[in-house]
Amino acid sequence: MIEVKGLVKDYGAKRAVDNISFSVRRGDILGFLGPNGAGKSTTMKMITGFITPTGGTAIVGGHDVRTAPVAVKRVIGYLPESAPAYGEMTVEEFLHFIAEVRGFRTAAERAARVGRAVGLTHLAGVRHQTIETLSKGYRQRVGFAQALLHDPAALILDEPTDGLDPNQKNEVRSLIKSMSAEKAVVLSTHILEEVEAICTRIIIISQGRLVVDETPAAFRARQPGARLDEIFRSLTIGDEA
Amino acid sequence: MIFPVFKREFLGYFRSPVAYVFLIVFLVASVGLAFFLGYFFKNNTASLESYFTFLPWLFLFFAPAAGMRLWAEEKRSGTVELLFTLPVTTLQAVLGKFLAAWAFLSLAVLLGFPLALTAGYLGDPDWGAMLAGYAGAILMAGGCLGICSLTSALTRNQVISFVLSVLACLVLVLLGWSVFNGALGAALPVQAVDFVANCGFIPHFEPFTKGIIDPRDVVYFLSLAGLTLFLNVIVLER
Repeated sequence: MIEVKGLVKDYGAKRAVDNISFSVRRGDILGFLGPNGAGKSTTMKMITGFITPTGGTAIVGGHDVRTAPVAVKRVIGYLPESAPAYGEMTVEEFLHFIAEVRGFRTAAERAARVGRAVGLTHLAGVRHQTIETLSKGYRQRVGFAQALLHDPAALILDEPTDGLDPNQKNEVRSLIKSMSAEKAVVLSTHILEEVEAICTRIIIISQGRLVVDETPAAFRARQPGARLDEIFRSLTIGDEA
Repeated sequence: MIFPVFKREFLGYFRSPVAYVFLIVFLVASVGLAFFLGYFFKNNTASLESYFTFLPWLFLFFAPAAGMRLWAEEKRSGTVELLFTLPVTTLQAVLGKFLAAWAFLSLAVLLGFPLALTAGYLGDPDWGAMLAGYAGAILMAGGCLGICSLTSALTRNQVISFVLSVLACLVLVLLGWSVFNGALGAALPVQAVDFVANCGFIPHFEPFTKGIIDPRDVVYFLSLAGLTLFLNVIVLER
């Protein structure tokens, strides 16, 4: 579903992402790990077509993001980091806007899509509130609703549980899990337990390079008995420098 | 996909009180200038020339005020990432936003229509010239807003965007201002002054207010908007 081939991104002289390749099939939930600044968000932004890679490409649903970015954007549902949304709009207005841009032509179809997304993310109570008045948790859910609206085959989530309370985190995780059977999901996170709880594969990026691509079980088996964050630390040490 | 972007942006003006403040201040200023500096009554002619004369100077501030948020706000709040990961091309987004700002500023101009009715009630105006004047004003608004949209894409700060576009519009207004051209005439040959004046707004706008629609003037404003929007797309895709 998602095929990442040798992605490279340079910012001036600094190489932020260095030749990263991996693939995600339907049914996979890929946990994207790495220290801050390792290149996780940059990689996701390149897959979603928001920034242009310096080298390499990503193929999503058979479309190359460099030659057919709009086709890729149709296939992907993307939750950017910290879930940006138009604050002056109400949740309802915002999701209707997304439905229009996503090309749902009739009002009935849009209403159905918005209703479904609102139901999945439990936003019914704040439907008519402007987004700027919502708490962080609700805003995150609005971002989620926006990403899910067109029932995308590929879901890319940049820190989906960031800023949520433990209950909300659980809710988001079970939501992701429940949808994962027919979708390819990529999610980035700082929480190692989260990866273990829901991901079928782990990828670790350090200093722009891919250092781990394996199942959570294999990852744990690297150092039997050690905590996940200890394994993570030993793999990404030196990144802070 | 231009329409959803247009609709969101246009309605966005009215989601805050800013739009109403903008419209009221614009109407007070434009009609006030026509009465008190343009002597709308004293002229004793049934025309809107005293109203149109001041529009280039008003657009100098009002077009940047309407256009400054177009891209700067998207960049500041991060929604630009959302917008450009939706299935919209850069050109569609640029056009949608530009058309929304253009429609909004055109609305501000058209809401001054009671002045036209006043002229019609008191005298026997040349309605064709009046319509041409409105068409010219709207075209000029498009040219200004193209500049504002471009400067807005250059920064995430609305104030910087505002100042840059006021400066750019000021240059274009001054280039065609008769007082400035007179001063220039002392130093430069006539052809040079003509050339400079031709780059400015006023020599292309004035014929409209007299009822003359010259295709060259239409092309001037449309190509100004086209060029700036083209640069706008390049800046955003960079």
